[in-house]
Amino acid sequence: MSESWIDACAADDIDEEDVIRFDHGGATYALYRTDDDRYFATDGLCTHEKVHLAGGLVMGTIIECPKHNGRFDFTSGVAKGAPVCVNLKTYPVKVEGGRVKLRVA
Amino acid sequence: MSGAIVIVGAGESGARAAIALREADFAGAVTLLGAERHAPYERPPLSKASILADHEPPPPTISDARDLPAKGVDLRLGTNVVGIDRAAKRVNLGDGESLAYDILVLATGARARKLTLPGGQFARTLRSQEDAIALREKFRLGGTLAVIGGGLIGLELAASARQLGCAVHVIEAAPRILTRGVPEVLARRIAARHRQAGVEIVTGVAPVEIREADGRYAVALKDGRTIVADHLAAGIGAEPDLDLARAAGLEIDNGVRVDARLRTSDPDIFAIGDCADFPHVLFGDIRMRLESWRNAFDQGAHVARVLMGSDAPYRAVPWFWSDQYDLTLQIAGAPMLGPRTLERPLGEGASLTFHLADDGRVVGASALGAIAQIGKDMRLAEMLIASQAHPDLAALADPATKLKALLPR
Repeated sequence: MSESWIDACAADDIDEEDVIRFDHGGATYALYRTDDDRYFATDGLCTHEKVHLAGGLVMGTIIECPKHNGRFDFTSGVAKGAPVCVNLKTYPVKVEGGRVKLRVA
Repeated sequence: MSGAIVIVGAGESGARAAIALREADFAGAVTLLGAERHAPYERPPLSKASILADHEPPPPTISDARDLPAKGVDLRLGTNVVGIDRAAKRVNLGDGESLAYDILVLATGARARKLTLPGGQFARTLRSQEDAIALREKFRLGGTLAVIGGGLIGLELAASARQLGCAVHVIEAAPRILTRGVPEVLARRIAARHRQAGVEIVTGVAPVEIREADGRYAVALKDGRTIVADHLAAGIGAEPDLDLARAAGLEIDNGVRVDARLRTSDPDIFAIGDCADFPHVLFGDIRMRLESWRNAFDQGAHVARVLMGSDAPYRAVPWFWSDQYDLTLQIAGAPMLGPRTLERPLGEGASLTFHLADDGRVVGASALGAIAQIGKDMRLAEMLIASQAHPDLAALADPATKLKALLPR
């Protein structure tokens, strides 16, 4: 069984309590860092109108879509109220040697 | 409270009120009356995604309004309300039935203003799913579109038609496009983007007459010019639907007049969304009537809180957006109340302008660019406006300073 961890970026490439975009293998993801240095990954596009969440605002563990302020908890992918009600897919993340890696398989 | 709440109007605001009441475990009956035959749907995509769709698009149903009956909302579509009997606390329906209410919520929205000049009836307007389908079918034929009115709807239609390959003329009687609510510097950039896409924009000249001949339309302008087009659309604003409120003797201003808790002159009747004229507590109780998705959503949610016992005034920051080509325009707050402006460069052709009151308080923000460029800072700008902040101006203008750091803690 292949452990397909993908090297995404340096841990410092993401500001505290912020999000960046990461594209890989024809898919696009959002990578998050909390203000207590935990890292998470979700699908990149909002489940409402497919706008990229990396342009959105992180508050605590909530990402808000820049388009209509649909909210998700990015640690679980759970939609937190209208206009979004379809959850985001999340992916395992680890930090090794100062690098953020995610597993999409 | 319990009792029966009847909501007239099943658009964004009415549907949001119904859902929010159920989410707050309101125990009484909730009836949502919609004149259209569709389940509640979002109107913003109608001028963009719905027009550009490869196949005839279904109405963009509000995602959590798909299962209103399962949520305990009595949704009645295709239902016209013809009158309100305030003494008996009943609404009269077009089919002769009448419904009793303890609380009535008017979410009657607005309708597209019609062109009144000779031949104005030839111009299509956009408000409903059916309007969008009709325009989409026309635009897909190609040819030339003339849009009368350089406001947001007119310009969004122009962009969509251009993307479908139509030649497009926009005719605006005012000296510039987007005179209502959009700062001039952004309006100029939007006009430039349209011209780059090949749209002809005529400003400062009113159309005076439209003639039809051989299935084409000739729009005669005041300066003697004539623009000939295969398709004709008008985007000259919307008018709140006040018929019911007026006939019921409710106080009317620029809309159904409500207080900061969205209550009309009748304490058992509320008004929300595009039809409501309300005082904004963030801006010295200046009265506003907003035609925007966000306001419809927020007031629907707010009236539910009030009906569940909250005494909080409505204080959501006004906010709207428009998408044209690859550009997103976002406006927050009340830019017209801010005589001073401050630019914050966002890179890659995007910018954010803060609009400041004389005392340095942030009262508005406007931005134009790719959504990925402007979204985050505009959201923070909105939070600065909501907190009535007086941030350090140098920090505000410096893209190296995070706006998040300027929020009051």
